[in-house]
Amino acid sequence: MNILIAILVLGVIAALFGALLGYASVRFHVEGDPIVEQLDALLPQTQCGQCGYPGCKPYAEAVANGEAINKCAPGGEDTIKKIADLLGVDVQPIDENHEQDDTSQSNRPKVAFIIEEDCIGCTKCIQACPVDAILGAAKQMHTILIDECTGCDLCVAPCPVDCIEMRPTPDTIQNWQWDLNKIAVKQVD
Amino acid sequence: MTDYALLLIGTVLVNNFVLVQFLGLCPFMGVSSRTETAIGMSFATTFVMTLASLLSYLVTTYLLAPLNLEYLTTMSFILVIAVVVQFTEMVVHKTSNSLYRLLGIFLPLITTNCAVLGVALLNLRLQHNFFESIIYGFGAAVGFSLVLIMFSAMREKLTNADVPTPFKGAAIAMITAGLMSLAFMGFSGLVKI
Repeated sequence: MNILIAILVLGVIAALFGALLGYASVRFHVEGDPIVEQLDALLPQTQCGQCGYPGCKPYAEAVANGEAINKCAPGGEDTIKKIADLLGVDVQPIDENHEQDDTSQSNRPKVAFIIEEDCIGCTKCIQACPVDAILGAAKQMHTILIDECTGCDLCVAPCPVDCIEMRPTPDTIQNWQWDLNKIAVKQVD
Repeated sequence: MTDYALLLIGTVLVNNFVLVQFLGLCPFMGVSSRTETAIGMSFATTFVMTLASLLSYLVTTYLLAPLNLEYLTTMSFILVIAVVVQFTEMVVHKTSNSLYRLLGIFLPLITTNCAVLGVALLNLRLQHNFFESIIYGFGAAVGFSLVLIMFSAMREKLTNADVPTPFKGAAIAMITAGLMSLAFMGFSGLVKI
C-alpha cells in the first residue's frame, strides 16, 4: 500500500511538472535559429566559396554548428571580430589556407602588370579581359588601366610571351594601411 | 529579521558553498574562463537555486511529510531541479540567444550541480522554515555567483600573466581556487549560526 502511495505521489508530481514544462515549451517557443541570419548578415556576401562552403549562407550555418570562424578571406579580420563578438568566442587569426586565393604575401589586392619591353602587341590579352582594363592595338604596346583592373588573372594565361604578371597594387597615400596589429606588443608587468 | 540577515551573510561568506563546503565545483572550474559567461551562469544558477529550494520545501512539507514518504526526498528533489533547469533553459533561450550559446552545455548541467541539490537537502537537515529555505537557497546562489565571478576575473588576468610552463592552464587555476578557499576561511567566526 505504501509503495502504491509513493508511486502515485511521484507520478502526480511528475505529471504536474510535465504539464508545466509543456506549457512553457509552447509559451517560450523559439522560431528557427536566428543566429544563422545574424551570422549571414555579418558575412560579406561575395559568395566566393573560399571558405570551402558553396556560399555565405551555408558557411553561416556551418559556423552556427561549430565550424571555425576564421575561414572568410574576403571578410578579413573585421568580420572575424564581429562573428567572435556575436558568438562570444575568442578572435582567431585568419586561416592561412583560405587566404592564399586572393592575397598571398601581402593583404593588398593585386593588379595585372605588362612588362612593356616584352609586349609584342598581339591583343590576345585585350580579348581575355572581362572589364576592358587593357589598352592597346595590334602591333602596338599594351598597358593596364590600374584603376579598372580587378586582378582576375584571366589575361595572364593567353599572353604568348609571358609578359603579364600580377603585382600588388603600389602603396599610395590613399590605400596605405597602418598595420598596427603586426607590431609585436609585449606586456611589461 | 536579524536572523534572516545573519543567515544570508552566513551563507554567502562564512559557509560559502563553493570555497568552504566544496559544492558546485564543476561549473566553478568549467565556466570561469570568461567573465561574461560566468555572469550569465551566475544569474541562471541563482534563479534555479532559489526556485529549487522554494519548490523542494513545498514538496517536502506539503506532500512527502504528511504521507510519511521522507525517503523519497532525494528522488523528488532531483525531479524538481530537473524541471526548474529545463524551465530556465527555455526562458534563457527565448530571452537571450547569445547567452544561451555562451552557456551551452553548462546550462542543462546545472541539473547535476551538486550545490543545487545540496541546498535542498541542507534545508531539510537544518529544518529551515519557508522563508529561511528561500533565503538559504538565495544566499548559497549569491555566494556561488560571488566566487565564480571573482574567480573568472582572476583567470582572465592569469591568461596574460607570465605563468611558469608547468603551472599553465588548469594547474594555476586549481592553485588560485585553493588560495581563494584559504582566504574565505578568514570569514569563519564572523557569524555564529
